[in-house]
Amino acid sequence: MAAASAAAPAAPSPDDRAEARAGYALAMPAMALLFVVLLGPSLAVVVLSLTDWQLGAPRMNFIGLGNFEQLFADRVFWRSFGNTIVYCLVTVPGSVFLGLGIALLVELAPAGRTFYRAAYFLPVTSTLIAMAVVWEFLLHPSVGLVNLALEAVGVKGIDWLKNPDVALLTLAGIGIWQSVGLNMVLFMAGIQAIPADLYEAAEVDGAGGAWDRFCTVTWPMLGPTTLFVTVVSSIRSFQVFDTVEVLTKGGPNKATEVLLYTMYTEGFSFFRTGYASAVTVVFVLIVLTFTLAQVRLGDRRTHYT
Amino acid sequence: MNRQQSLTVALLRHAVLLAGAVIMLAPFVWMISTSLKPPNEIFSTDLSLLPRKWFALENYGKAFTKVPLLRYLLNGVIVTAGIFAAQLLVSLPCAYAMAKLRFRGREVMFTLVLVGLMIPAQVPAIPRYVMLYQVGLLDSYAALILPFVVSAFGIFLMRQFFRTVPDDLVHAARLDGCGEFEILWRIMLPLAFPAMVAFAIISVVAHWNDFFWPLVVVQTGDLATPPLGTLFFRNEEAGSDFGPLMAGTVVITAPLVLLFLGAQRRFIEGMTLTGMKG
Repeated sequence: MAAASAAAPAAPSPDDRAEARAGYALAMPAMALLFVVLLGPSLAVVVLSLTDWQLGAPRMNFIGLGNFEQLFADRVFWRSFGNTIVYCLVTVPGSVFLGLGIALLVELAPAGRTFYRAAYFLPVTSTLIAMAVVWEFLLHPSVGLVNLALEAVGVKGIDWLKNPDVALLTLAGIGIWQSVGLNMVLFMAGIQAIPADLYEAAEVDGAGGAWDRFCTVTWPMLGPTTLFVTVVSSIRSFQVFDTVEVLTKGGPNKATEVLLYTMYTEGFSFFRTGYASAVTVVFVLIVLTFTLAQVRLGDRRTHYT
Repeated sequence: MNRQQSLTVALLRHAVLLAGAVIMLAPFVWMISTSLKPPNEIFSTDLSLLPRKWFALENYGKAFTKVPLLRYLLNGVIVTAGIFAAQLLVSLPCAYAMAKLRFRGREVMFTLVLVGLMIPAQVPAIPRYVMLYQVGLLDSYAALILPFVVSAFGIFLMRQFFRTVPDDLVHAARLDGCGEFEILWRIMLPLAFPAMVAFAIISVVAHWNDFFWPLVVVQTGDLATPPLGTLFFRNEEAGSDFGPLMAGTVVITAPLVLLFLGAQRRFIEGMTLTGMKG
């Protein structure tokens, strides 16, 4: 900035003014729309969270933090909050480490690389709702493929979606199935970017085995990629909604109630606009906290590379 | 490593990767297989991939007549094409201005774009719904398209790309008497084609697959996008007539899966950029 203003003449020339006018003309439509459809509504959520408004009600009263007090006293909210955390704690490590493992194996040799990449990536691009309906059929307690396959090897199947102890884990499993391919391609890009001479140097230093090479070169060099993948996976996992709405509706007995599902039912089934806005605010704060925490932690850990 | 060792490693690699691939692909394979079977074979306990009695015509016929599947797909095309066309029209000039023109407030505007990039998609949903409710536009194509006419991600992506175009090219065009709009149209656009393809893939995949927003604003079956249509179909069938239901999911998933298989490299390159989006 300082260098640019030092180089620029003191008084703006007609050319500069024309350039600035063109700049405004080209940028303003997008900025105005950005405000109307994204930034404005996002600010409005914060304002609405401080009111008792219900959609269609004639009056709106500011009630301060009343919605949040009610929220924090509500057991369903804490259940929903806990379930979202558990879902993330299963899905994020699962999809990150599986993604890394698959990427390492695929990158080990060229044979079959294109096929494997396509096979693991396919769920990422396919319509999740349609595949959720397919999963519902696969997990059907009596005629579903999963239980039939288990029975073929002598294991008794269970009702994956109606058993309150496993329903959330089942959804997390589908979440891992859907996102592991994206993590795989991100790791593959990271692995390909590691210079080959680092491996040669490691070999000279005596790190000859595959595990040694992984520990001394691959894993440290993948630090920034791992951090990025973890942050992206966390944000995606926090937004879990589609499979819940289609497969469990938050049940059985709130076992799969998650934050966005709570927001959806409060806001769009009961039309408690103010209350649902408060849920949204909590949701955003958690997502941002998680992201910042991971970035800071990662900064410290990846510095030595 | 001697030859025998490396052969063992190669075999192990294929064994593990193939086992994983079977799990990844099983839902797709079983979906197609079921869509070809008659009810008695679907409800039997044997695990054969191919039907003994082919029932494809009946299942697919029922899928297309029970619910307006083609209408859902058409809605998907209208909504995704409408959204992407608007996003392109709105983001390109803005991205060019932010990359190549000097004006006061440019940095502030770019910061606002970055803030927009970090906001998860569901956050503005409630106020958007209230706005559409107040102008009486709920349950319409407008409700499905309008909230997405501008993409912070699109502005960001195209701005990063335009910045790599040499300034000399822009200056030379100005000396030749080109206006800013002409520079954008004649010089920047042709160069930006690869970035636009990545943007197109991200936008189309996101909005074709989006479920949350259509679920919120659409009541009428005729306006359903493919994911919402799938849900209507499932509810209509009470989730038990699996043959036609799986035929329906085959039809709904086919467009994007075929597009992906046809342009794998571009698809994967494009989708890896979505990481930057909230």
